[in-house]
Amino acid sequence: MLLVHCPYCEEERPELEFAGAGEAHIARPANMADISDEEFEKFFFIRENQKGIVFERWRHIHGCGRFFNAVRNSVSDKFIKTYKAGEKKPKLTKAEIASVLPPAKGTPANEPIHTAPTTTGKGDAK
Amino acid sequence: MDNAMRINPLDERMFGGNGVSLAPVGPRERISLRADEKTAKALGKALGVDLPFKPGSAVSKGGKTALWIGPDEWLLIGPDNGSISTTLSQTGKQVFSIADISHRNTAVTITGPNSTAVLNSGCPRDLSLAAFPVKSCSRTVFGKAEVVLWRIRKEEFHLECWRSFSDYVWKYLADAARSA
Repeated sequence: MLLVHCPYCEEERPELEFAGAGEAHIARPANMADISDEEFEKFFFIRENQKGIVFERWRHIHGCGRFFNAVRNSVSDKFIKTYKAGEKKPKLTKAEIASVLPPAKGTPANEPIHTAPTTTGKGDAK
Repeated sequence: MDNAMRINPLDERMFGGNGVSLAPVGPRERISLRADEKTAKALGKALGVDLPFKPGSAVSKGGKTALWIGPDEWLLIGPDNGSISTTLSQTGKQVFSIADISHRNTAVTITGPNSTAVLNSGCPRDLSLAAFPVKSCSRTVFGKAEVVLWRIRKEEFHLECWRSFSDYVWKYLADAARSA
């Protein structure tokens, strides 16, 4: 289970208490009635859906109830940091990005599990 | 006409054994309070219970308890006589919101050396004394139900759940206690 740090509760809480709420830092147009259909589509539907570092909204729904933002690697599922809603998009250091990279190919954690055949065909069915 | 009789959904249930005992908590007044920090301080003064501002902490005084739920949300629990809502509604010009959830919630007390093991059967929180000390509280999950958990003493917990979930929560707890 993931442990997610809630910036309002100021501690790590189990994943079950949280709900994801999509991409973060999407500004709602102030002139909603004036924008074109294409602009509305871009604001409402189009998401970056990056493989790698993503900025997301999360909600501590079974806790303090607050929305907050999180930076996470969508491949390794590791969080870099979480911060309160309304705070600026944090600038990430190279070390922070490197710390959440998934294991490189060839390392045991990144290899599919191969199960060797355990039956020989002889003497198994008695 | 007389008022309708309220029936406590967990009446007459009891469990004891395997180092844990479960007991339903009788009727209480429960108020969900939303207020900003300045108002909350004034309301705490009026109630005689200083509302906690430290995340996940509970303050009890004179039979009333204020549980920190969120940065602007508290759960107030007191005797079943309406004194909290009466006090709060007489505080004058303050702007805040209260909802009476006395009958929406019910509660179970879990006591005994195995109480954390029983709670951890359905609650993913770290309930060690270092992570969840005495007088801490939080809204969390127990099985599929949303609950408010409050540690009164080292081996005594108060578990608030919705009335409609109480049968599920009780059976879950009793089942875990039997195999604790």
